[in-house]
Amino acid sequence: MGEAHAYDVLVVGGGATGAGVLRDLARRGLRTLLVERGDYGSGTTGRYHGLLHSGGRYVAKDALAARECIAENRILRRIAPASIEDTGGYFVATPDDPDDYVDGFQAACIAADVDCEEIPVVEALRREPALNPGIRRVFKLPDGSVEPWQLIESNIADARAHGSDAWSYQRLVGMERDGDRIVAAMLRDERSGSLTRVTPRFVISCAGAWAGQIAAMVNVTVTMHPGKGTMLIFNQRMTDTVINRCHKSSDGDIMVPVHTVAILGTTEQRVEDPDQYEITRDEVAALIRQGEKLFPDLGNMRLLRAYAGVRPLYQPPAEVTAAAMKDGRQISRAHTVLDHGAMDGVENFVTIVGGKLTTFRRMAEDTVDMVCAKLGVTEPCTTADAILPNQVPGKTYWLGHRLADHEAEGGGDAGLLCECEFVTRPMLDDFLDRHPGCSLDDMRRGTRLGMGPCQGGFCTFRAAGVLAERAGHAGVADVAELADRAILGFLRERFKGTRPIAAGRQLQEQWMISGVYEGGLGVESLIEHETPEASREVVGAQR
Amino acid sequence: MTIAELIRDASEEAVGYSSDECIKCNVCLTVCPVARVTDLFPGPKYVGPQAQRFRTGRAQPVQVPGVPFALSPDVTVDYCSGCGLCTSACPAGVKIAEMNSQSRARMKAGKRPKLRDWGLGQTDLVGRVGVLFSPISNWALANRPIRAIMETTIGIHREAPFPKFGRRTLQSTWKRRQQRRGTAAVPGPERAIVYFHGCSANYYEQHVADAAIEILKRNGFETIIPEQVCCGLPLISNGIYTEARQRAHKNLDVLAPYARQGYRIIGTSTSCTHTIKAEYREMLDIHADDATVVANATWDICEFLLDLHEQGRLDTGFGRLDEDLPYHAPCQLRSHGIGLPAMELFALVPGLRAADMDHDCCGIAGTYGMKKEKYPIGMAVGAPLFDKIKASGAPEAACDSETCRWQIEKATGTRTRHPIEILLQAYRVADAAGGTKRGPLAAAGT
Repeated sequence: MGEAHAYDVLVVGGGATGAGVLRDLARRGLRTLLVERGDYGSGTTGRYHGLLHSGGRYVAKDALAARECIAENRILRRIAPASIEDTGGYFVATPDDPDDYVDGFQAACIAADVDCEEIPVVEALRREPALNPGIRRVFKLPDGSVEPWQLIESNIADARAHGSDAWSYQRLVGMERDGDRIVAAMLRDERSGSLTRVTPRFVISCAGAWAGQIAAMVNVTVTMHPGKGTMLIFNQRMTDTVINRCHKSSDGDIMVPVHTVAILGTTEQRVEDPDQYEITRDEVAALIRQGEKLFPDLGNMRLLRAYAGVRPLYQPPAEVTAAAMKDGRQISRAHTVLDHGAMDGVENFVTIVGGKLTTFRRMAEDTVDMVCAKLGVTEPCTTADAILPNQVPGKTYWLGHRLADHEAEGGGDAGLLCECEFVTRPMLDDFLDRHPGCSLDDMRRGTRLGMGPCQGGFCTFRAAGVLAERAGHAGVADVAELADRAILGFLRERFKGTRPIAAGRQLQEQWMISGVYEGGLGVESLIEHETPEASREVVGAQR
Repeated sequence: MTIAELIRDASEEAVGYSSDECIKCNVCLTVCPVARVTDLFPGPKYVGPQAQRFRTGRAQPVQVPGVPFALSPDVTVDYCSGCGLCTSACPAGVKIAEMNSQSRARMKAGKRPKLRDWGLGQTDLVGRVGVLFSPISNWALANRPIRAIMETTIGIHREAPFPKFGRRTLQSTWKRRQQRRGTAAVPGPERAIVYFHGCSANYYEQHVADAAIEILKRNGFETIIPEQVCCGLPLISNGIYTEARQRAHKNLDVLAPYARQGYRIIGTSTSCTHTIKAEYREMLDIHADDATVVANATWDICEFLLDLHEQGRLDTGFGRLDEDLPYHAPCQLRSHGIGLPAMELFALVPGLRAADMDHDCCGIAGTYGMKKEKYPIGMAVGAPLFDKIKASGAPEAACDSETCRWQIEKATGTRTRHPIEILLQAYRVADAAGGTKRGPLAAAGT
């Protein structure tokens, strides 16, 4: 272990909230370090349905959350357009949705400042012909979809430009407390095992569903109620508009078109440990049954995978009621900054809990406001005004851009490493230049490698070849071993998400891919020789 | 209408959703005759199910502000020749060729079509004008400087095969003939068929129509030729769907009443008949009952003759044709899924040594191979076929589709005829020898 690294603030957790906090602190002149135990956005941020909330989902139950959503929705469209697709959203009343909710919906939207316009059902069906033709009313709201990993990257890039740092694959393994202060934090490099000591003036936990584990390191109790949400990914968009059911939130009532796919969300189920959960086939079947109320033919459409995220739900202990314990949806989605100085006697430590991706910037602002007050910093927050790096004002994401760009370069399969998602060699090289030593799964989050219908079948060996080639140039001795491990690790991860949905075409696809890798390439022999480290799995399927 | 219903009806949306079925096995790529010869076309999987996931707005393309490509993210799909072999080969049931055609139409939607593409689509207009001024138009199309100018100005390759315009249209000839004969009662559907001549027999190759009418008569069927327009395929191929739909509806309005009475609709152009059988519904998204009724009543002429034979009703009194006959089955015929009926009919002709050239596509693919930028691709696609025909040394070849015949004749110098012209020749040989009918009817009398 070398010398301790001194920082003004240590941010724990590299999800959207952590990245937003890092950026805000950096822009206010505080030299900050963000640490993340895995890849950025590999926790809850990377496992949500991709929705940019208009706030419509919350107008009836949680007007505060609705107001925050629409305000942040407008800000994000301005500061991070490239990460947002302006799909628009429909709230549709199906024959199963009670009239009183539908009748009061528009007024509730207006009260919460959420733009809401009722449109004729025929117009909605013309634009989205796969919708249930039996829908009775349709409201149009400014929902959208968000690319979370790009958003995190932009925030981190801005923070770096302002003199701060972010380290991935650095797990916080302990913190030293001296009386009412945290004086040091110990990090372990998840790849090399080496330890690093950091001495921050202040610690902010943005660990979300894992916040309880971080607080426990300094004997502070934060009781999280992790809520598992399961989502299904469909092979292609059956809608270009976000479709919500206009009713009190329940399972399977939203479809979000994100990139090339459409994601059906979600469920709500309490889990004890945010790292240990499963997705059952029953859950998948139940989601589809509910989703069929929006899209009657959902059962015939091809599913690529199922995945789940864990919501960072929190309720102050006194208010935990038996009812809330039963259904996590009763807990406010609005966020809370826990001041551990006032609550627990640790003066330089706060935890941000609750919230949602749409409001990550506001969560960061509230948190940093509190921390700055404690540190005597008076700089105002500028994150709502400054456009993020690598963003062009007003230019939102367009689905066709990868195809159009590739065609402009001459097109063709030969230039594609991942044919399903149009990932080219220059795209991978660019990512690897910026993220040395990363895994194929990290490349997936950065480039969408392996996220299409073959789920890595035809790109895994190619991408592993790229990794090995680059490692060879960098002087790594056993590149074959490296490539083998990359292939195994990635295929395992990809196959895991397809297990709960394996049927029909996707099952055939899996058999064909198994045939290629086991029958053709002899992957079983790798499994025999693999090291315990290579077999370590991240629990819970990724997106 | 649910997606399941749409898929049953094989509609435009269902074609798009059929990309769900792709398992990326690449069989389509291995059968694609275009991707085999050029890098300009990345192959059916790429432009089909792969690119499909990046195309928004299936029903109505959504304009994205500030994005010039909103309607057309891709351009290479335009190099699909539309031969349809990918769709017939796909083990998973993806409607690849149909998807490509629709993507091309979407790509061209909102833009004015190129004069050339529009012109190549208007086979009936070109035919009418060409026939009207046939001496001049035939001279012009055979004139090298004029063809060179046509190539640079409108982009039709100077070497592209063009047929000769007839002196009058089949429609006008037929009307005259009818007038001369006077009005006779139209026989019922057991003794008459409705002939869909298409543009080639109407404007260029009346001899094909004459052969069809004579053979049908010989086998006990009168021919009815109602007023009709181009089937619309050249418009579909050139991405001009709106006009193609107008043509389709005109034809359906004329043909449906006949089909409902039980008349069979017979065509001598495999591409026209395939358009009526399949594309009105699959590509043009026409779901009126008329489209199904007419599709079910439509036959390729060789398919019909072979069916007669299978029922023991074909006059098999063919005379001897002692010759080698290279035969090319057009890609459009393969899409019918009816096998190679012409080959089975040739087998009934004594002495005739017909040989299936077993090549997937001659490269012309309708109007594809006529275009300046696609002519070399078309020639490369057809090269193995041309070599085989030339190597056979046969004096003539046979092929069911007109544009293929023109392409083969131009590329090989070998006269290429419709199978029914060969069959008619065999009948005439028998007549000249004073032969009698050798069908079961005749046999019953002996």
